[in-house]
Amino acid sequence: MSYPGLIAETVAFTGHHDDQGEAYYARPTRTGKFPGVVVIHHLPGWDEWTTEVVRKFAFHGYACISPHLYFRDGPGSPDDVGARVRAAGGVPDEQVVGDVKGAIAYLRGQPNAAGKIGVIGFCSGGRHAYLAGCRLPHIDAIVDCWGGNVIVDDKSQLNAKRPVAPIDLTEQMRAPLLGLFGNDDQNPTADQVNRTEAVLQRLGKDYTFHRYDNAGHAFFNTAREAYRPEQAADGWRKVFAFYGKTLAG
Amino acid sequence: MCSYIVEKAHVSGSAKGPSGWMRIDTANVYFDHPYHAPLDHALAIDFVCEADGARERVAVELSAASARELVAKIMVALAVGENAHAA
Repeated sequence: MSYPGLIAETVAFTGHHDDQGEAYYARPTRTGKFPGVVVIHHLPGWDEWTTEVVRKFAFHGYACISPHLYFRDGPGSPDDVGARVRAAGGVPDEQVVGDVKGAIAYLRGQPNAAGKIGVIGFCSGGRHAYLAGCRLPHIDAIVDCWGGNVIVDDKSQLNAKRPVAPIDLTEQMRAPLLGLFGNDDQNPTADQVNRTEAVLQRLGKDYTFHRYDNAGHAFFNTAREAYRPEQAADGWRKVFAFYGKTLAG
Repeated sequence: MCSYIVEKAHVSGSAKGPSGWMRIDTANVYFDHPYHAPLDHALAIDFVCEADGARERVAVELSAASARELVAKIMVALAVGENAHAA
């Protein structure tokens, strides 16, 4: 069911360490209760495509928020701020988890909150979604879209900001996980996706992985050559079917 | 992929951005998802002045082929120019 009427705006939210940041928030305009979704943006930043995704969820009947994970490095346009963050080696995992927690609290604090909350992330945000799903207790559904570095084969890539590979936290994952991956992706590779699945299987986790041929990284992104319309359309159907099941009621 | 790999080149010079000329001391170079260019991956260069806090940048996002073309032309321009000025 879709709701063409929606409202989208930039809102203030309270992130990690009670820092005050900005987030993009959209919801259907009709009266009612809606499940919530937190959208975690990719490494380049809090970009236009991220806002399109937030509005897409509102169109489909969700109250949706995407925290600007780089707000502490502003002011500035999201691309300039993203460049600063990249040059500094990215944002700490702990901070991202705190910001996602704050975004969840924002959704739960709205009068339209139905109760259940999902997270979804793309690229580095997919990794963050997996991480948040392991670290935060009150998430009801996790969607990892081609999150790279969930498995870290080169341990020298672990550092103070990213001290633990998310795969090593999998035991703590409580909510169902949906994973979407392109078989031509180089990060994560098909082999890494297989190994992630093996860990989820071994630990008895509730997960569903979909792998797409003739698709690489970021195949949802209409602004990129990587966009694969058929695979993306099917992927979106999988996302909404998954949330329809896990966030209902 | 989304990587955190950034090569830092120490440079000396100036760059012109939206607020005018500024001195620069660093070029952050990476090959990853671009912000603006309609490419899967782009060679991005952010010219900044870390000594001044790196709050402003002059940015480019280039296709891999055009980045290699640029590298080659920079070398040609340097060789030709230095040769001409040495004469």
